[in-house]
Amino acid sequence: MSALDVIVSGTMLAETIRMTIPYACAALGGALCERSGVVNIALEGILLSSALAAVATQESTGSATAGILAGILCGALVGLGHALLVVRGRIDAIVSGLAVNLVAAGGTRFVLRALYGSSSNSPAIPGIHLPGGLLVQTALDPFLLATLAVAAIFAWGLARTRFGLRLRACGEDPAAAQAVGIDVTRTRLVAVTLGGAIGGIGGSALAFELHQFQAGMTGGRGYIALAAVIVAGWRPWPAVAACLAFAALDALQIVLQGQTRIPSQIFAVLPFVATLVALALVSRRASGRPPAGLGKHP
Amino acid sequence: MRDRLERILLAPAVPGLAAGWIAFSLLVWLYGQSPRAMAVLLFEGTWGTSYGAGQVLFKATPLLFTGLAVDVALRGGLFNIGAEGQLAVASLVAGVVGAWLPVGTPALVALPLTLAAAMAAGAAWASVPALLKARFGAHEVISTIMMNRIADGVVGLVIASIALAGSVRTADVIPGARLPRLDVLLPAFKGSAASFAIVVAVLACAFVVAAQTRSRFGREVGLIGQNPRAMEAEKVPVKRRLAEALIVSGAIAGAASLGTVLGYKGYFEEGLGAGAGFGGVAVALLGGGRFLGLVFAALLFGTLQQGGLALNAHVPKELMDVLQGVVICAVALADVKLRNLVLARKA
Repeated sequence: MSALDVIVSGTMLAETIRMTIPYACAALGGALCERSGVVNIALEGILLSSALAAVATQESTGSATAGILAGILCGALVGLGHALLVVRGRIDAIVSGLAVNLVAAGGTRFVLRALYGSSSNSPAIPGIHLPGGLLVQTALDPFLLATLAVAAIFAWGLARTRFGLRLRACGEDPAAAQAVGIDVTRTRLVAVTLGGAIGGIGGSALAFELHQFQAGMTGGRGYIALAAVIVAGWRPWPAVAACLAFAALDALQIVLQGQTRIPSQIFAVLPFVATLVALALVSRRASGRPPAGLGKHP
Repeated sequence: MRDRLERILLAPAVPGLAAGWIAFSLLVWLYGQSPRAMAVLLFEGTWGTSYGAGQVLFKATPLLFTGLAVDVALRGGLFNIGAEGQLAVASLVAGVVGAWLPVGTPALVALPLTLAAAMAAGAAWASVPALLKARFGAHEVISTIMMNRIADGVVGLVIASIALAGSVRTADVIPGARLPRLDVLLPAFKGSAASFAIVVAVLACAFVVAAQTRSRFGREVGLIGQNPRAMEAEKVPVKRRLAEALIVSGAIAGAASLGTVLGYKGYFEEGLGAGAGFGGVAVALLGGGRFLGLVFAALLFGTLQQGGLALNAHVPKELMDVLQGVVICAVALADVKLRNLVLARKA
């Protein structure tokens, strides 16, 4: 089979969709957070810690549902931590995000060694087993359905609900939002926690996809997701679309493994190079405008 | 007197250390070990012996360089999270250039030449995010992180093609490009990996911190960090200065290879110096832009790293990464409190 056949195959399509899920969840969580006015580079730490929570819980209880719920809960808690530091503690959101990521990177290895005596990976977990071929499995994947549902609810809720309007107000002009009686602190705490929970879905999906936890397994996906948010102009569906593009480069690396003579490192850096190029290109467009109150306190 | 006491108590390092200590005790206790016994072990493995102290200096060396690098960019309001990748590329170049020079090259030529090549490589790696920032307004946090990842791939690729057979390392650098160990002068440090790179690091730190207030470039970058719009109105080329600051930052991060490639291994291997870039962010935040602050912060995190190794048989050394994060948060929180206090007094 030639490389071209592999690229246009069903396997490539399925892998792309599967790799999109962690990116898209992190991006949706990040977009929610940033629309409320809080910069979130803690996405990487949220993905990583929720992946471990999902694995450890399924490993000990044997239940996939419990694992996913634990992942979501863990993501929400890490999000809440970031929110408290930034919104209540008023520390720089980048500093807080870096600290959260550092704690997540070290903490997951620490817990890994405490639970399984290894600081590199967990035992294998069953994940979710679905009947049918690869394409059917992918289409029925509960994580995919959840991601699509979250994107739909996000887009609708932000535009049409009272909470969505308040959230946008906090993101565009926190001082004005406060002046008309919106509790900016509370709205932002809720938004960032909710964003963390959505990121937690992504972390669980990543862990279940690989059937185990590996130290540092997120490999910068949280940061790429944040770039996808920026490229997409902080809008939910375009963010999912941007994630699809980055995931395709990830999938390319997986399906072309051992198929070509091109060194694997070239494929490994493709998503990161693409992110840089995308960031450079998008800044010329008007739609790439960040929320005006991003990083501002009332 | 009371004012002064208040300032000392609120100095960000104090709550930082306190929070670090609490987190240490809690995590060690959760892991089922005695915090007291582990603290004793940590002390014995670091400052308890002259070998341990030498190892702390060795660990602190790249941290002081990268901390200084991050600080230079931070003065202008930029987060250079890319010191990690800048150092990796610079270390590779230091290894290659150091080995490529003719064996007989005198140290007076070989060492500056190798260092200059490493710093140029760090600067070149930083110039991509700098250019993206100045030209397109791309956020430097994301672009520097992407450059870290790309550095991983590029360094891996180059090492795979030039490494000595059956290894992931470059050839030995020539003797003239190597920096002597500290134990040449101070026999007490015998066996530790500390080299004269720590002396260079401290001198560089003093020089750069002084230049931040005494040179035109340093002052301009500092003022841009405080108020970019005012500087724009003063006809200072803000974007250009910030890009330059990021490139200078990359060069300084590259100089950290003095402590790893030229002062320690004598060659570059994949992963050498990994983590120093991220550690540098912590050092810069704790150091607060002051000479003594940066040196103290580098020594503190150097102590944690070396202490982590001393404890690793009983408690995972990754504990120290968690502490690093906790200390950063506590320092940042205290800093905000401090600022609010000062503001309240002024009002």
